[in-house]
Amino acid sequence: MNNVPMLEMQHIRKTFPGVVALDDVNLTLRKGEVHILLGENGAGKSTLVKILSGAYQKTEGKIILNGQEVEIRGPRHAQELGIGIIYQEFNLVFQLSAAENIFLGRERTNKLGLIDRKQIFESSQKILDNLGVKIDAFSLVKDLGVAQQQMVEVAKALSLDAKLLIMDEPTSALTDLEIKELFATIRRLKKRGVTIIYISHRLEELFEIGDRVSVLRDGKQVGTYPIADMTQTDLIRLMVDRDLKTQFPKQYAKRGEELLRVEGLSRKGVLDNINLQLHRGEVLGIAGLLGSGRTELARALFGVDKIDAGKIFIRGKRQKITSPRDAIMLGLGFLTEDRKSQGLIMTLSVKENVCLPSVERFSRWGIMDLKAEDQAAHQSVQELRIKTPGLSQKVVYLSGGNQQKVVMSKWLCRQADILIFDEPTRGIDVGAKVEIYKLMNRLTAEGTGIIMISSELPEILGMSDRIAVMHQGQLTAEFPAQGATQEKIMGYALGVSNGA
Amino acid sequence: MVPKDFLSHYGRQFGTLIGLLVLMLVLWILTPHFFTVPNLLNVAQQTSINAIIAVGMTFVIITAGIDLSVGSIVAFSGVVLASVLQAGLPVPLAIAVGLGVGLLSGLVNGLLITYGRLPPFISTLGMMSVARGAALLYSQGRPISGFSESFRLLATGETFHIPNPVIIMVLVYAAAHFVLTRTKLGRYTYAIGGNEEAASLSGVNVRLYKAMVYGLSGLLSGLGAIILTARLNSAQPIAGVMYELDAIAATVIGGTSLMGGEGRIVGTLIGAFIMGVLRNGLNLLGVSSFVQQTVIGSVIIMAVLIDMALKKQRT
Repeated sequence: MNNVPMLEMQHIRKTFPGVVALDDVNLTLRKGEVHILLGENGAGKSTLVKILSGAYQKTEGKIILNGQEVEIRGPRHAQELGIGIIYQEFNLVFQLSAAENIFLGRERTNKLGLIDRKQIFESSQKILDNLGVKIDAFSLVKDLGVAQQQMVEVAKALSLDAKLLIMDEPTSALTDLEIKELFATIRRLKKRGVTIIYISHRLEELFEIGDRVSVLRDGKQVGTYPIADMTQTDLIRLMVDRDLKTQFPKQYAKRGEELLRVEGLSRKGVLDNINLQLHRGEVLGIAGLLGSGRTELARALFGVDKIDAGKIFIRGKRQKITSPRDAIMLGLGFLTEDRKSQGLIMTLSVKENVCLPSVERFSRWGIMDLKAEDQAAHQSVQELRIKTPGLSQKVVYLSGGNQQKVVMSKWLCRQADILIFDEPTRGIDVGAKVEIYKLMNRLTAEGTGIIMISSELPEILGMSDRIAVMHQGQLTAEFPAQGATQEKIMGYALGVSNGA
Repeated sequence: MVPKDFLSHYGRQFGTLIGLLVLMLVLWILTPHFFTVPNLLNVAQQTSINAIIAVGMTFVIITAGIDLSVGSIVAFSGVVLASVLQAGLPVPLAIAVGLGVGLLSGLVNGLLITYGRLPPFISTLGMMSVARGAALLYSQGRPISGFSESFRLLATGETFHIPNPVIIMVLVYAAAHFVLTRTKLGRYTYAIGGNEEAASLSGVNVRLYKAMVYGLSGLLSGLGAIILTARLNSAQPIAGVMYELDAIAATVIGGTSLMGGEGRIVGTLIGAFIMGVLRNGLNLLGVSSFVQQTVIGSVIIMAVLIDMALKKQRT
């Protein structure tokens, strides 16, 4: 590493109408380093990165690239300056091949004006090989795995001669093995002098791949530190500015009457003879691998998908649930795993989202009592400490953690007491996670029952009263959370251990 | 908070209103006759039918749908209404029949779209042809003319010196604004257009409310047919051609997004008036109808271009 910084951002300030997103942020990147950007959702990481990638224009401050001040005018200009970005959601055309994606928009043509396919495929293959990944440039992107698709994105950035690569949550959709491969690729890129800005919420992986870490909090810079000098606890404290005694502040509530009982629930090819119970005041954690039927179970209970067999009892009474509406009327609430496509209506305001399941509560003869609705929304926003400039703010402008709180408040406002949370803390920073856990404590103390589906085993262990494990559409085991271990859960999830 | 809220809700419509006012100012300078009370009332009367149909279109487009069948439903409702009037049915009952035909045609659209899972474009495109054919069949291709004075007064009469169609239009807009902003139907209309899946998972009976919205669009086409028939003293099976495009244009100029989830009824009224004022002004200026079409088309495109540019600036 030489001493001339590759990129310097000085006194960066960015304001949106009514919000200061970034305030006096300074960032210095050394050539060939992996620089971690850390902060809660809404801390300003995305804004900072979007300024670099040309999606936003800074309000104040200087950007110095290789010793020269630059104005990044737009995404195209950023590319020309050698800044590449890989978003969580890929910008790939799935019906085209890897090579066609890599050169999309920059296809070189031959004398006849036709696309020079040979050249495109050969250059692409070379870039992919240099990355050390085994991807055939001819293969269609839709046939590739998520990790490979990500590598196509990386190749695309490198084909543009990127010297600075920004990776936003690159591991969120990868398996452990794929993460190892990604890290190997990152190390190769480092050796070639590529500088990397790395954004992730998975604290443990940062120590493996990062060189230095810059922490942002509420749009301000907390500091930049060599990662080797830090511990996870240090980082969390810097991010949230409060010592989190424990990541999982579980409080045990009194177990009450039975809220929900499922007998022999089946859906052909997806769910096989599921039996479970949920009582007041308890959290039933459901673990299992992707595709084990966890989400499908939630959807079947909530009336989204039809069931072929089985009985559902709510508060002891047998009920037929054939639509989400039925489920909601019976007091169920469903926090879906994908808040953007299933949980929120982005074109609507905080208030309208919060109150959507409760519209009937505020209506008489179809006419709404807007004052009562306002009050209820206001109360929810306060209770959950949703950070928003106002009730009429569109949810699309909120940070991920706050959006998730809006989805939760939908069901609190509805006073649902059988809650199904599918991956309630996915893509949410540590601070917001703890707030959501505390909310779960409060709910169970009030007598709500929660089914919590999660891929994060520590979360399952830390927040559940009982744990059920799914494997290939079956509930293979059920046991108390106290005394359970990650290994035990994994054993059932993988189908290695047999029924309890 | 109130002015800020107002701007965030109606900022787009405010821009359209300024566009309308500038247009009126220009026409006033070019042709002084434009800004006289009789002419302005004339514009309002001419605009009323499109404006009323555009209300239904606005609901439909907010749900991220489209209704291409409104013009044909106007023709079909019109000829059925005319025939029952001539058969001697009392005026109020005949009006109910006219509205009913529109409502039923709209509901058929709604059922095809919800239970039949057809895309709105296809379903209403089919209905556009079916209703037109039905109108021609029913009337055997001939206009049905000559109605009682009491029926014609609906369009030709005045109340407090204001033409009745204008009053009906104002009432429809007041009701539509109320429905969109203060009722369950209105809230669900926005929710369905914004994200149908999330709406359904929040307990909204998406099929029911979608069907209702298409029914409403048909109902208002029926209302348009009543005014048109009363004004012309005749129901034509070929009436209402291109009405769907005028209604879509008014809606879109008024700021309702074709992507769904967003839109204000006031905007549609302003949009309808921009089209009405433009037609009237071009007529006063003696511009040929060929040129008029081109000008109106350009205005639609410009309005949307400006809207998109402004939206981009805001983010």
